[in-house]
Amino acid sequence: MRHFTIELEELKTKLLQMGGMVEAAVHRSVRAVVERDVELAKKVREGEGAINTMEMEIDELATKLLVLQQPVARDLRFLTSVLKINTDLERMGDLANNLASRAQSLSKLPALKLDIDIPHMSSLVESMLLKSLDAFLRADADLAQDVLMSDDEVDRIRGEAYGEIVAHMQANPSDVQAGVEMIFVVRNLERIGDHATNMAEDVIYMAKGVDVRHHAKTSV
Amino acid sequence: MTMSPRTRWRYAVNNVMLTLTALCTISTISILFFILGYLVVNGISSFDLAFFTQLPKAPGESGGGMANAIIGSALMVGLASLIGIPVGFLGGIYLAEYDGGWFSNAVRYAADLLNGIPSIVLGIVAWNLLVVPMKSFSAWAGGVALSLILIPIIVRSTEQFLRAVPNSLREGALALGANKATTTLTVIVPAARRGILTGIILGVARIAGETAPLLFTSLNNQFWTTSLGQPTASLPVMIFTHAISPYDDWHRQAWAAGLVLLTIVLLANITARFVVSRNVG
Amino acid sequence: MRSVNLNFFYSQFQALHDINLEIESNKITALIGPSGCGKSTFLRTLNRINETIRGANYTGEILLDGVSVLSQDVTSLRRRVGMVFQKSNPFPKSIFDNIAYGPKVNGMTAKADLEVTVERSLRRSALWEEVKDKLQKPASALSGGQQQRLCIARAMAVEPEVLLLDEPCSALDPIATLKIEELLFSIKDSTTIVIVTHNMQQAARVADKTGFFMLGKLVEFDRTETIFKNPSKKETEDYVTGRFG
Repeated sequence: MRHFTIELEELKTKLLQMGGMVEAAVHRSVRAVVERDVELAKKVREGEGAINTMEMEIDELATKLLVLQQPVARDLRFLTSVLKINTDLERMGDLANNLASRAQSLSKLPALKLDIDIPHMSSLVESMLLKSLDAFLRADADLAQDVLMSDDEVDRIRGEAYGEIVAHMQANPSDVQAGVEMIFVVRNLERIGDHATNMAEDVIYMAKGVDVRHHAKTSV
Repeated sequence: MTMSPRTRWRYAVNNVMLTLTALCTISTISILFFILGYLVVNGISSFDLAFFTQLPKAPGESGGGMANAIIGSALMVGLASLIGIPVGFLGGIYLAEYDGGWFSNAVRYAADLLNGIPSIVLGIVAWNLLVVPMKSFSAWAGGVALSLILIPIIVRSTEQFLRAVPNSLREGALALGANKATTTLTVIVPAARRGILTGIILGVARIAGETAPLLFTSLNNQFWTTSLGQPTASLPVMIFTHAISPYDDWHRQAWAAGLVLLTIVLLANITARFVVSRNVG
Repeated sequence: MRSVNLNFFYSQFQALHDINLEIESNKITALIGPSGCGKSTFLRTLNRINETIRGANYTGEILLDGVSVLSQDVTSLRRRVGMVFQKSNPFPKSIFDNIAYGPKVNGMTAKADLEVTVERSLRRSALWEEVKDKLQKPASALSGGQQQRLCIARAMAVEPEVLLLDEPCSALDPIATLKIEELLFSIKDSTTIVIVTHNMQQAARVADKTGFFMLGKLVEFDRTETIFKNPSKKETEDYVTGRFG
């Protein structure tokens, strides 16, 4: 196998590793919120450094390959996609970190009696992330297309949740602080979903060379 | 430094081979210098102004020269060049640039064969063609006989040098809209001109020393030639007749003539070398 | 310029199969592909210089401004479709005479006209400043890169409508290569350029459209950006990414 091909494989493995780390961070931070688990939240926050280090390593390797190999066609699309997905993953790591700090704050406040389904929303978001990574691994544009569909559902849930939390806060002024924290939780989850969507769009470009962002119509 | 037996063996073989090749080289050039020296020693005594300006003297009389033979040789070589150079040059162009299959191959083969034919045979041909119908030996016949030797030499050397011109030059000129003839005359021939000229000089030098074809055609003449239709003296034939004569004076004259002929050929060769090595783009 | 169902044979061997390719005016078209794929053969049919090879023949059609190239007078065709070769081939003449050669064989005789043409061609080829003081020097005294630019200037001196370049930079260093590429950009406003190259980066840098040849067939022909970002044929992708063979 060509040396370049081996290095591309190495880069792919690293990005999937990073994906695994971010996935774990998202999963744990959501559990920390739902189960009011301060210890778990702490673990998530401790793991952020590793994700950031990984982001820099991937950036460096991808840039090196761009410069030294001057890739074209599918190699070029792969590398530019890796660079963008890398940024998305790092942002998701930040958001998981943010969720964990919300979990720490919420644990000090009385639990809210709310009718919003955080576990459902989070499982939806987590599955988007999982599918995006899978689609990246297999360069599967169809699977990536699925992720784009899920994003609308997440946005819908977020809208409902906002209404519910605001209504609850109006009815129970003592819960305003916890309510604001919850709004951030929902907001962060939704943002993670957005980044998963970006990833899926990059995967489609990588696999087919077609730009589906911002309802772009031109094929490249 | 110590050497392995293998290395020492290699050095030994190398030295033996080097000595062998050096010996061969020395023997070759020493023969050349021996001949040159022998000619100079034997010919130098008759090598004076009279040799270049006077007619041969009758046997027994000393002195005299070979002026008529020098002029005769120049005349017939000039005649042969007038016929042979254009024909050979154009023939070479045909073979190199207009390679047309079987006909070109036949011509090329014929030229090679002609190059290999003993020159005396070409003399007989010229004798049959010109001397017999004209009922006289003549400079014409001698010139034609020499041209028969010159043509194939020039054909082949011209062809070789034209073929050595990179094809990219041909394509370059054709791609600019030049036709075949223009390309050949304005690019290819100029590119090969030094080689072609060298071939011509060497060819002419070669025929200057030919004896056999002239024996049948121009024969010899002890006096000035006044017309191309007369028997004509030439240096090689003069050498021949003087050398086989029983007179010592004539022998010395033959040596001097040999020296003159060799000098001419040598000068031609040096000129050819000079032309080839001149560094012009 | 356009080829229609072009098949080309060297005696029994078919070197080109059914090539249909439209060369756009005043654009740079690059032809890439592995050695022996037919890209040079195709280029050399466009000005019929392939005809000098014995046994060459073709079927199909090449059109220049809608008129068949094959039925035109070949010397006037070559005046309209110039060519620059892989190895620079300056004639063993002076720089001036090299440039003036084309105009001369095409009937320009007045010395003043020739001088104007030579200067204009050399200026267009960005060679004027380098050689203006040694026009009478032999062309062989120039460097490799200068010789190749001289050959381009020589081709440009007859003001061809189309300029064919057969791997013009394969023997040049990167700086000389870039100079030639810049030169192509500067003449493309008035000249249609077709360049055969083994250097894919070069095709990517200079060409508006790129054609990929393999085994005598035109596999893909598209905008250069598409060929190098998102080719539609797997063979093209494998070739441009270096996974070929």
